[in-house]
Amino acid sequence: MVFGADWPARVTTVLAPQRSVVSAPPALTRPVIRERGQREVFCGLTGIVWLHRKIQDAFFLVVGSRTCAHLIQSAAGVMVFAEPRFATAIMEERDLAGMADANEELDRVVAELLARRPDIKMLFLVGSCPSEVIKLDLSRAAQRLSQRHGPGLRVINYSGSGIETTFTQGEDACLAALVPEAPALDADAPQSLLVVGTLPDIVEDQFRRLFAELGIPRVDFLPPRQSRDIPAIGTNTRFLLAQPFLGDTTLKLEDRGARRLAAPFPFGARGTTDWLKAAADAWKIAPGHFEKVVTPGQTRAKRALERHRQILDGKRIFFFPDSQLEPSLARFLAEELGMTPLEVGTPYLNRDLVGVELDRLPAATRISEGQDVDRQLERCRAEKPDLAVCGLGLANPLEAEGIATKWSIELVFSPIHGFDQAGDLAGLFSRPLIRRGLLKV
Amino acid sequence: MKLSVWTYEGPPHVGAMRIATAMTGVHYVLHAPQGDTYADLLFTMIERRDRRPPVTYTTFQARDLGGDTAELFKRAVSDAYDRFAPQAMIVGASCTAELIQDDPAGLAKALGLPIPVIPLDLPSYQKKEHWGASETFYQLVRGLAPSERQPRPAPGETSAPSCNILGPTALGFRHRDDVIEIKGLLKRLGVRVNVTAPLDATPDDLRRLPEADFNVVLYPEIAEAAAAWLERVHGQPAVRTVPIGLGATRDFIAEVAALCGVDPAPALNDSRARMGWWSRSVDSTYLTGKRVFIFGDATHAIAAARVASEEMGFEVVGLGAYNREFAREVRAAASTYGLTALITDDYLEVERAIAELQPELVLGTQMERHIAKRLSIGCAVISAPVHVQDFPARYAPQMGFEGANVLFDTWIHPLAMGLEEHLLAMFREDFEFNDAAGLSHLGAAPASAPAEAKAAPSAMVWASEAEKELTKIPFFVRGKARRNTENFAAKHGIALIELETLYDARSHFSR
Repeated sequence: MVFGADWPARVTTVLAPQRSVVSAPPALTRPVIRERGQREVFCGLTGIVWLHRKIQDAFFLVVGSRTCAHLIQSAAGVMVFAEPRFATAIMEERDLAGMADANEELDRVVAELLARRPDIKMLFLVGSCPSEVIKLDLSRAAQRLSQRHGPGLRVINYSGSGIETTFTQGEDACLAALVPEAPALDADAPQSLLVVGTLPDIVEDQFRRLFAELGIPRVDFLPPRQSRDIPAIGTNTRFLLAQPFLGDTTLKLEDRGARRLAAPFPFGARGTTDWLKAAADAWKIAPGHFEKVVTPGQTRAKRALERHRQILDGKRIFFFPDSQLEPSLARFLAEELGMTPLEVGTPYLNRDLVGVELDRLPAATRISEGQDVDRQLERCRAEKPDLAVCGLGLANPLEAEGIATKWSIELVFSPIHGFDQAGDLAGLFSRPLIRRGLLKV
Repeated sequence: MKLSVWTYEGPPHVGAMRIATAMTGVHYVLHAPQGDTYADLLFTMIERRDRRPPVTYTTFQARDLGGDTAELFKRAVSDAYDRFAPQAMIVGASCTAELIQDDPAGLAKALGLPIPVIPLDLPSYQKKEHWGASETFYQLVRGLAPSERQPRPAPGETSAPSCNILGPTALGFRHRDDVIEIKGLLKRLGVRVNVTAPLDATPDDLRRLPEADFNVVLYPEIAEAAAAWLERVHGQPAVRTVPIGLGATRDFIAEVAALCGVDPAPALNDSRARMGWWSRSVDSTYLTGKRVFIFGDATHAIAAARVASEEMGFEVVGLGAYNREFAREVRAAASTYGLTALITDDYLEVERAIAELQPELVLGTQMERHIAKRLSIGCAVISAPVHVQDFPARYAPQMGFEGANVLFDTWIHPLAMGLEEHLLAMFREDFEFNDAAGLSHLGAAPASAPAEAKAAPSAMVWASEAEKELTKIPFFVRGKARRNTENFAAKHGIALIELETLYDARSHFSR
């Protein structure tokens, strides 16, 4: 028995159809393996590694333990030494024993930080496992500190704790905390587009140009590059998610009256076309004009993919859960590069947001949510995929067992969205296979 | 609470992982939330290990907190035993699990597994990685080795004298190669190695520790607690000289030889011991008096200071360590160089000290490498915390005679070479061969902003002629020259620094 005695019993959960705001819900009838056990994934604090570079006048202060500090400096593999805009307020014995009031200590640490970095305009107090467990109220601390150090400094809190968030959910929590900071968009303002999710600056600029060519006059991005540029949000806001892991942010935006344009995610020529189409439809852009605008990008993307398709076509791929990008990436690899996804693991399956991706995966592809890493490794070994997508803790051990790997963290640290990155995205998957072919060691 | 940008050490359970991962047949069950599994990548990525560390994490989540996290822990221990069939287990809590107080020790004991299960109590909010490694190794040795002394013949009475090598771990700075070097050295002395631990040791090996005549404490940060217990309970003396550098290697040989009553000569006369001649040869004259700042773990920092001072002819201008547990030893060493030791785990404090002292070379950790890079000062890495670059494919020990050779090569690499240094000083205005263009053997990457630019701005006024002259002084001493001149001027009540003042100060300080 390949998957363990109780495996068939686990394939029970059938996802119920979910509401979706703009388009009709896809029929979600796919079985999903749900697993509980050891998870080989980062916690939400890890998102700080990219968020702190994106919002250039913000600083991220983790209120946590030495483990939190060690995680952030280890997670990226190398230390980001160019003046990091993050730090940890490491809790010590006296903070826990009640000898020092944790709030007073936090205020002191924040004052120390601000003395060193007076240029900070937005300070995120980021909750961690220990701060959550001792119930340190960071939202009150944020209010207090905003009053004390405002108006030049805004203090916002969110939790990146491992007991509540997995890896990219940290960005979701961060952006959800930014939504209430957004000014109100007038009810009679013209319909405007908001793109949500951290994108590399170059990709953001590419999309901005495409939307302008399509004839969508106003496009904002969340998170912004500067904290003062948080876009206004209102009932005439239509938003496109650039990342599939933004469930809480979506709810917060919807609470403000904004409406999500349901779409696949902009990976590959098809994903990007469909994503742009969702916006074009909401602005009633003429199909002919849409075609004219997207054709050059599509052509470039398809041309760039051709080389990689020769390597990836027919290859079998296994995704360990990591960033929640897995269903979207698997769809791209299956549709545009001819790969066969064996298992698509995701730490959390947001039915609303990625149902449309699941629908486009081959029927034989197994979907799993959560993780029991030892069981999943058994499935992987039994199936001997041509490529396994996994975290840094698993990659070398799998390579040593003879399974080629792609470390998943690179997928959140590289420009992979849009037409002009489609080739690069495919390259992340073909490179490990090309390398294997090259090496004679 | 302590504001921390970068940390020199991880939490104590990472220290415990370094012991478990070094050994075979040991499994560690860690009560920990999702996310703490990041620590696996330290071993699989930084050290390039080809298997996962033998660690099972309970991965509890917020929704478990209201329920039964204790049950989750018990199941994890039980599953790990079934799956990995270890010969011994260690169990404990990470920082978050410590707060929920599930008592891993009691829970694991209640399972009644047929193997030794050793509980760890590692206070995450007080202690750090090295302490955690030391405590884990100590608890394993105490838990597995016999608790009473057993009869043992005198060294060499019935067979060759024997020793244990204690301290090498996973994720250690060059531990892999140090062990090879020291084993070779002991072999030349005719000393048999009974057990090396924790690296590659099994629980059975730990049970056999008392059979050796003595212990070699290679890394006191890891092994001192266990060695002290073995000394107290089993009467095994410990060799505590850390053989880093030529002199310390010779001292180590002498100490082992005296303890075992063997002839040190075969080990001392090692044809590979090139470092002494390399340092005495005339080409190395340019190394004389180079000002060096040293920071790392206590053991490597103290050893580096001796090598720098006695074997390279450098001037040690700063010495410090991040592990407070060994502060006394570092302070004692620093005082022999007329220095006050810098004991801190705040890397910003280290950065300030380096910027202030303007050394010509920094011997430090990966943190200091970055600091030195920013200040345009040469740097060689001598100590953990480790980086993927600290696990070279080639053989590169720090200990023994080959280790001394490695130190020589590694430390002089960032420095300007003999004649090049003179040429740079003599013809500073050469358009393509000047210090701003970088050292020729380090590639043509232009040095970033020179070190002096980062020094605190001073209130002193420089005449333009003097200022211009200052730029003709090589970059690696320019900051020092500026400060000396300003101090000299201040002391003599000189408001405007002229060309004369610069040279007067130079003469004053070169007395």
